[in-house]
Formats: sequence, C-alpha cells, structure tokens
Amino acid sequence: MPSEAYVYDAVRTPRGRGRDTGALHGVKPISLVVGLIDALRERNPGLDVGRLEDLLLGIVTPVGEQGGDLARAAALLAGLPDQVGGVQLNRFCASGLEAVNSAAARIRSGWEHLLLAGGVESMSRVPMGSDGAAWATDPQTALATSFVPQGVSADLIATLEGFTRDDVDGYALRSQERAAKAWAGGYFARSVVPVSDGNGLDILTVDEHPRPETTREALAKLTPSFATMGEAAGFDAVALQKFHWLEAIDHVHHAGNSSGIVDGAALVLVGSGDVGRDLGLTPRARIVGAAVSGADPTLMLTGPIPATRKALAVAGLTVDDIDLFEINEAFAAVVLKYVRDLGLDPDRVNVNGGAIALGHPLGATGAMLLGTALDELERRDLRRAVVTLCIGGGMGVATVLERC
Amino acid sequence: MTNTIGYDRGADGIVTLTLDDPTQSANTMNRAYAASMTAALDRLEAERDLAGVIVTSAKSTFFAGGDLPEMIRATRADAPALADLLGTIKRDLRRLETLGRPVVAAVNGSALGGGLEIALACHHRIALDAPGSRLGLPEVTLGLLPGAGGVTRTVRMLGLAGALTTVLLTGRRMRPADALSAGLVDEVVATPTELLEHARAWIAANPRPAQPWDRPDYRMPGGTPASRSLAAQLPAFPATLRKQLKGARLPAPEAILAAAVEGAQVDLETALTVETRHLIGLLTGQVAKNMIGAFFFDLKAVNGGAARPSVDAPPVRRVAVLGAGMMGAGIAYACASAGLDVVVRDVTAEAAGRAREHAERLLARTVRKGRATEADARAVLGRITTTDQVDALAGCDAVIEAVFEDPALKQRVFAEVLPVLAPDALLASNTSTLPISALADGVDRPTDFIGMHFFSPVDRMPLLEIVVGERTGEMALARAFDLARRIGKTPIVVNDGRGFFTSRVIGQFIDEAVGMVAEGVPAASVEQAALQAGYPTGPLALADEVSLTLIQRIRRQFEAASDEFRPLPAHRLVDELVDAYDRPGRAAGRGFYSYDDGTRGRLWPGLAELTTEAGRAVPFTDLQERMLFAEALDALRCLAEGVLRTETDANIGSIFGIGFPAWTGGVIRYVRQYAGGPAGFAARASELAERYGDRFRPPAGLVDRLAASADRPAEPVDVA
Repeated sequence: MPSEAYVYDAVRTPRGRGRDTGALHGVKPISLVVGLIDALRERNPGLDVGRLEDLLLGIVTPVGEQGGDLARAAALLAGLPDQVGGVQLNRFCASGLEAVNSAAARIRSGWEHLLLAGGVESMSRVPMGSDGAAWATDPQTALATSFVPQGVSADLIATLEGFTRDDVDGYALRSQERAAKAWAGGYFARSVVPVSDGNGLDILTVDEHPRPETTREALAKLTPSFATMGEAAGFDAVALQKFHWLEAIDHVHHAGNSSGIVDGAALVLVGSGDVGRDLGLTPRARIVGAAVSGADPTLMLTGPIPATRKALAVAGLTVDDIDLFEINEAFAAVVLKYVRDLGLDPDRVNVNGGAIALGHPLGATGAMLLGTALDELERRDLRRAVVTLCIGGGMGVATVLERC
Repeated sequence: MTNTIGYDRGADGIVTLTLDDPTQSANTMNRAYAASMTAALDRLEAERDLAGVIVTSAKSTFFAGGDLPEMIRATRADAPALADLLGTIKRDLRRLETLGRPVVAAVNGSALGGGLEIALACHHRIALDAPGSRLGLPEVTLGLLPGAGGVTRTVRMLGLAGALTTVLLTGRRMRPADALSAGLVDEVVATPTELLEHARAWIAANPRPAQPWDRPDYRMPGGTPASRSLAAQLPAFPATLRKQLKGARLPAPEAILAAAVEGAQVDLETALTVETRHLIGLLTGQVAKNMIGAFFFDLKAVNGGAARPSVDAPPVRRVAVLGAGMMGAGIAYACASAGLDVVVRDVTAEAAGRAREHAERLLARTVRKGRATEADARAVLGRITTTDQVDALAGCDAVIEAVFEDPALKQRVFAEVLPVLAPDALLASNTSTLPISALADGVDRPTDFIGMHFFSPVDRMPLLEIVVGERTGEMALARAFDLARRIGKTPIVVNDGRGFFTSRVIGQFIDEAVGMVAEGVPAASVEQAALQAGYPTGPLALADEVSLTLIQRIRRQFEAASDEFRPLPAHRLVDELVDAYDRPGRAAGRGFYSYDDGTRGRLWPGLAELTTEAGRAVPFTDLQERMLFAEALDALRCLAEGVLRTETDANIGSIFGIGFPAWTGGVIRYVRQYAGGPAGFAARASELAERYGDRFRPPAGLVDRLAASADRPAEPVDVA
C-alpha cells in the first residue's frame, strides 16, 4: 500500500569556510557524513538501522575523495548494516534536495520504507569544477546552447529585471542581518550538529561564513566578480546575442551578494507512516509535492519559478497556501526575481537569511534548506513551506513541506 | 589514373617525391594525388637502405590545396566516398611520417591547405623564400576545415590555443618568414639550391626521426582538455569565437573549434577520424558551397576579366586625381603604390597637399609593420604630385574625379582639365550614386567616360565598381578594368542607374533596418539581427558612419529626380534625427549612437520615443530576413533592369563592397541557396510582403527565370 513520505528528522553540520583556513578543511567529506549518521542515531534512539534501506547523497563534484560513490563508503564506515546501500547523485546545486525528493518518491512508491537522504560538499578540499563539464568545455555543445557561466547569468537576470547594484546589495545585507538574528536567537539549534574530531573536541559548532558586521558601504566597495570574465572571454556577447534587445550587461554581483563557498553536509530521515509507527518515531512533516523543471539555460537560474509552480500544482496548492519560502541564495538577483515573478511577500522568503550569509555547500544545501524551513515552521508554528534551488544548466527543484 | 608524383631515388639513398600533376598548373588533393601517394608509399616502404625522403614540387607553387570543383558538388550521398578518400589520404600521410626514415618537405612555393598538410606530415619543413609564396590553412575562408590532418597536427604542434588563433580560425596566408615565427616551418632559405642542400643535410643529421607526437615523452603544448589549467580556459573558447564572429553562426569556425578540442582528447588516429567527420559535415552542407562559389570561382572569374571586352587597350601610366578629400587621397595612394605616377589637384595647394599627407601616414604605418622599406616608401611618395594648377595635369592619360557629389561641380572640373589631358585620356568619375550617363553629357568624349566607384577606405576595400554609361565605349571599359587590376582592386562591371548596384542595394539594407527601428523594434535587436545574420557592421552604426545627412540628401535627390520614389517610415525617422534632434551621425558625435571622442558608445535612448510602437516584438528571423531580402530583391531588380550584367558581379560586389554576409556567397547566390531554392525564396518573400509590406513582393517572373538557370561557379577555371 503506497504511503505518504514523512520527514522524521533533519540534521546538518555547521558550514565551514571553503578555503584552507576554514575550520572544516582538515575534515574529510566522508567524516562529515558519518558524523551526521551517528548524530541521527543518537537523537533517535528508536531508529533501528536494520530498517534503513539506502543512503542517497547529493555531491556535485564527485571526484577524488568525493568520488567513487561516497555514500556507500559512508554507510559502511558509519557501521550501518551491510544491506544499507548508498548512491551518489548530481543535480548540481539542488543535489541535496533532489536526494530528499527521490527518497520521498521511493517511499511513496511503497517499495521502500526508510531512507536517509542529503548531501555533502567539501569545497575547500575538492574544488568546484574539478570534475570537468560536459556542457562548458565541449565547444559543439556550448556553441549550440549559448553557454555562459552562472555569474554572468545572474548579472543578466539583474539587467533584464532592472535590479540595480543597490538592490542586490540591499538584499545581501538583509541576508546577513537575518542570519545573524537567527543564530543569536538559536533558530538553527535543532538541526546543527557540531563537527567533532573523534576525541571529544569540537572542530566547528557554528556557521563560519556569515559577516554580521558588514555594511551597505562595505558591500558597495566590492568589485563585480563577473565583469572581466563576461567582457574579455566573450560570455557577455553570447548572452546579448540571445537577449538581443539588451545593449550591455550590468555586472552587479560580487562575493558579497553571491552564495559563499563552504564545506558542509546534511541528512534527512525520510520514511513511510508505517515505519514510524513501528519504530516509535514521530513524523515532523510530510512531503506533499516535489518537482523539477528546466528553464532557459543561458538565464540558467530562473528554474525555481516553474519548479515551484509545478510542485504546488502537484500538491493542489497555490503560493497563498504557503507560509514560508526557502530559495537558495545562489545570487541575490535569483531571489529578487523569484519573489517578483511569484508575487511573494519578501517577509516570508528566506526569513533566516540564506547562502549569501551562510554559504552554499553545493551538494548539501538542498537538504540543509529543508531542515531550516522545517525548524522555522515549527518555531513559528506555521504549516507549509516551499524549498527550492536554482540549478546549473537551467533547472529548478522544489519541494512542498507540510507539518504533521 | 594519372600519376601526379614523381619518384626518384638518388645515389645517396634519398628518394625525392616531386608533386607534379601533369593535368593542372597547380597540384591539388584530388583522386589522382591520392592514388599516386599510395603508390609512392608502397614503393618507399619496399625500399632497402632508404636514407630519407624529400617532398617537393615541380610547379612554381608547392601544392594548392583541395580539389574545389569536386568539393563544391559534394552531397550527403557522397559522404561514404569522401570518408574513403580522406581516409586514404590521411593513412598515407601517416605512413609517410611513420616511415622510420627522415622525411623533409622542401616547400619551394606556396603551400596552402592540403599543401601545408602534406608538409606537416613531414619531419622537417624548409620553406623557400620565393616571391609571393604563402603558407597557411585558409580552409576556414572557404567554409571548410583542414581535413588532411591539418587540424590534428597543428594542434599537436602548437597547442590548442596557438593552433586555433594563429592558424586555423584566421586562415591566414603567411609569408615564409611569418610561417617560421608561427612555428609552421623549421627553416626558411633564400635559394632553390639551398632548399635541397638543407634538406639533405637534415636527413644526414637525423637518420631516425619521429614526429613529436609519436615520441614517448610527448606533451601537448598548453596541455590537453584533461589538464586542469586548459579545462579552466576551455569554456572561453566558444564564447570568444561567438564574440569575434559577432554572433554569426558560421559552420566552419565552429567545426574547426570542435574538431580541435575533440581531437586533443584522443589519440592521433582517432583525432584524424574526428577531423574527417567534421569536414564531411561542412563539405556536404550549403555554406561551404556558397563560399567556395564566391571566394574561389566567382572571384577568379571577376579578377580574370570575364567582364572585360577583349580589346587591346593601352595601359594607363599617369593618373590625374581631382579632389584631395578622403576618396581622392585614397585613390592617389592606391595608384602610386602600384607604381603609377599620380597628380592630385584640388582648389588650393594646401588642400591638394592632404593627399600627400594621407600617403605619408599610410606609408609610415606600412614601414612600421615591416611591410615596406623606407626606400619603398620614398619611391611611392615620389610618384605623387599635388597641385592647384590645371597645367600640372598635362599628359595624364587617365583622370579620376573625386570631388563633392554635385553634378554641376563635377562637370565643371572635367571641363577645366580636359584641354590639358592626353587626347585619349580615360575620363572616370568616382561618384557613388550620380548617374554616369548624365555626367558624361558634360564632356565632349562621352565614349571615354566611365564610372570608377571606389569604396572607403580605399587602401583597405578591395572592390571597385566600374559603371558603364550609355555611351561608354569598350576601350574605356577595358582601360578602366586594367587600371583597376593594376592597382590591385577587384573590378565588377555594372551598367548605369541611380546608385548603380552597390549604393542602391546597401540603401535598401539601411532603409529596412531604420524602418524597423521606426516601427518600434528595439534598436539593439536590429543591430544584433544584422550582425548575427553575418553582416560585418550593424546597419545603424553603418548609417551613422555614412552620415544621416548624406543618406537624407541622396534620398531627396532621388525624390526630386524620379517618380519611382516611395516614402518609407525610415525616412521620417532619419529626418527627425537630423532635423529635430540634431543627431546627424558619427562625424558629429551623435546619431543612432552617441560617440565619445570618435569611439562608439551606447545607442541613443531617445530612439524609443520616436517609434510608432515601442518595444514591438518581431520574430528575430524576420528581422534578419527583412534586411537580407530587401537587398536580395533589389539585386534581382538590378538584374532585371540590366544594371547588373552578371550574377557573378552581383555576388562579388555585394560581399566585397557592401558587406553582404560572406556565408551566403553573395546576394544572388543567397536567393539560389535559400531553402527550397529560388521558389522557396519567392514564397518567403511573399510571406514577408504579407507581414511587412509590398516592397517584399518578389518581382514577377524574375525568380522563375533564376530557377530555370543554374548557378555555375564550378565551371572549370584554370587554377593558375
């Protein structure tokens, strides 16, 4: 008998700065995952790991120590029973949410009952892009499909929408302020599991990336990150050839209003109603809709809009039924465009900040956002949230979450 | 099959392969070559005590390239045969470079395309510094790629970035010294004797050579796409190409880039196969046919004198140029550079002197670039005399008038100088729009009167439009033609009419583009549509360049002179820009664009206010085809009215004179090659007429006539 898909728990590591001075640079990605599996077992004494069937992990750069199906290796190292599988998947920036949605779909198929889903990315150890790219580095493909790097896409969106440097910096500042307030208020406490060294010493207990001290003036001084690339390497020309009514691209994004490069991992325990009853686990929420949608590949980052509409349609809901929205802050313009197109109240969107302040550990972020949204629904005692991410190649993934 | 490769073993154990196709004046990579090379390799591999091989040619050039008459006919059905032929050619060149004995290319003259590819399969390349000798892989300029190992081997020699930017994507024809610095050849020698001596010496010194890519320690310069540093740069390659091509989607450069990058990721043999696949795609496609038709066959026909009457004409030796403005100065420089004596006359000595200053500027640049010596420059300058005196023109056997575009003024200056010129002097006007027959009314020898319409800047624009008036004689045409060839121009010959061919047709382009802006299409979209259609300059930038005032004046002259004039929305917009908003064009620093110190800035935002329907959405393809069709339809009318004498002239004139997209192979070939042929073109024209106005209505019968005759660019033409 097919079942609803329930979220029983959600945990994440703090995000470490994604460089060699970051606190998690000395921690292997597999260790981040094993630490979270240990934490889930500790938090949920009823969790009989013998009932677990698979571990799904989003990893965007699955090479080196993140390659070779890290999920299976992590399941084994964490001491899960041999029959628990492991699979690595890649839908770029939404991989972590893709893992959760895949798990939910598998639960709803009735074939499986208890799954772990999430993702990991040690961006300080396995640099972004080091796995190559079928699209960007193949001239035939890039020429035929107007490839530009996503920073140029973000600037293109800002130009098309008329978002000024002031607009995007203003949004970035709000992300920092909200994240600072959330940490100060302990809003992340339920999900964040400190990373420890195995000897009882904590390596990192809080997100390392936020800059709560930043100001509008400081942001205004930062150099645009994608202007040189756009102009010198020809990417602006490619974008303008497609969006031909524009004369130039306004390069408004920089390190301060784009997502931060960080290390981190997240896991979500997804299962059927039956398994919860059997094990005495209390469901925290139901996944009532999930969707993926493609969008223009040159704009690249507008996928959350059709994906959200599609996921809401699956759930039989409209944006008015949703209390909170979590959209990954890949770039400030992505959020502003999403809010504008869906006609949202900005005060319901990314209420505790986002990746601009907190960082975006590529493969893990989707699962992290799901946990953040769930915590906040509970804290505010609200009912429904949409979690969504824009994706390289021009896609979006969205999930509609409803508290039980 | 004819043997095209001589085989001669010397007492020193060195075999000389002499490329020498007895059926052609230049060697080409045809089937006879392929069979001959296979036979030569069979013999070489069977040789005992072979010391080495020298590959050279018995022609004045080394080897010309592909077999274009055959290539232009290739269809999809020929793909298997093409794959076989290319496979054979590449296999044998691979056999040559893996013979285990030194193979030296003694490149005694031009080695372009296939010729250079043969040399690249040798272990060592020595180029003779023969006059006019050029080396390179110009395939891209014909819509092709170097498919006899040229992509694969240059990438392995020079690295991806180097091969693409210096050789493959530019198609540059290099002098031997430039080929040496580019790394395409290893030595340059001065005499044929040295060529063979050096070849033998290298063989003696390198008894067991291998190509770099066949050595165990080979590393591709700059790394392969698998290396992190190159992988990081790779996404910029296609973007840079799209930027350089301004968005025009030309199949050849795209295929070259793809073949180079894909080939760099696999072994050499596989790379050669990948290269073949990309070449066959181009060969069986339309654009290569268009470009070979225009840039090889049409150009050869035009420059070869297809339009020149076969009369003996005394050559022009001393040219009088009237007017030392930009055009007059340019014409004077072109004549002097070609060894002709020139006398430039203007109203004052000071004004006339500008022609000399212009020449000095250009010559200084040429010397700086190493293209001429100081002595050469002095000699050129020495041939230019400037004056305000009519008498100084005494004895000139040709006059080219380049004064302001005013019929009365033009007639007056002719009248002034006629008495002192040689009695049979050629009388030419450089007018760009005024009917020649009417100007000829002002002289007493109208049979000697002709139009010689140069393009600006004269030193860079290769085209010359010769305009034959009603009474122009054959002798005048022949002399004008010979003069054009003498100064290195490509002369098309057209009959008289307002704006002749080029000015008239480019006017359609500008009118249509400006009209779209007037309708409310975003100006940036209009520019993008033209550039992405393959025009070298956007129509609004071009209009600014020409000056909106001039465009306005030419139109008003037409309006006053002809009842065929029809008002267009474009006219209103130009009038508003010039008269109401004082935006007359680039020279004034403001037109469609704003200019800062001569540098083009942004489009004027006020344009949107002057349109009938701001932000009008017109399909992008329609934007492009409105401009292409406006010109093509007018060119068809020029054919019908007899302004154009041949399609060949139309094709060459449109590409070289007025920037009609090169990929089309010319304005009439564009009609022929349109999907569905001339009938398909006519159907699409009718559709555009429904949507955008009757000016797109295809002229009755014309298209049918075109459909009934064949495009014949591949008629055998002697390659020499």
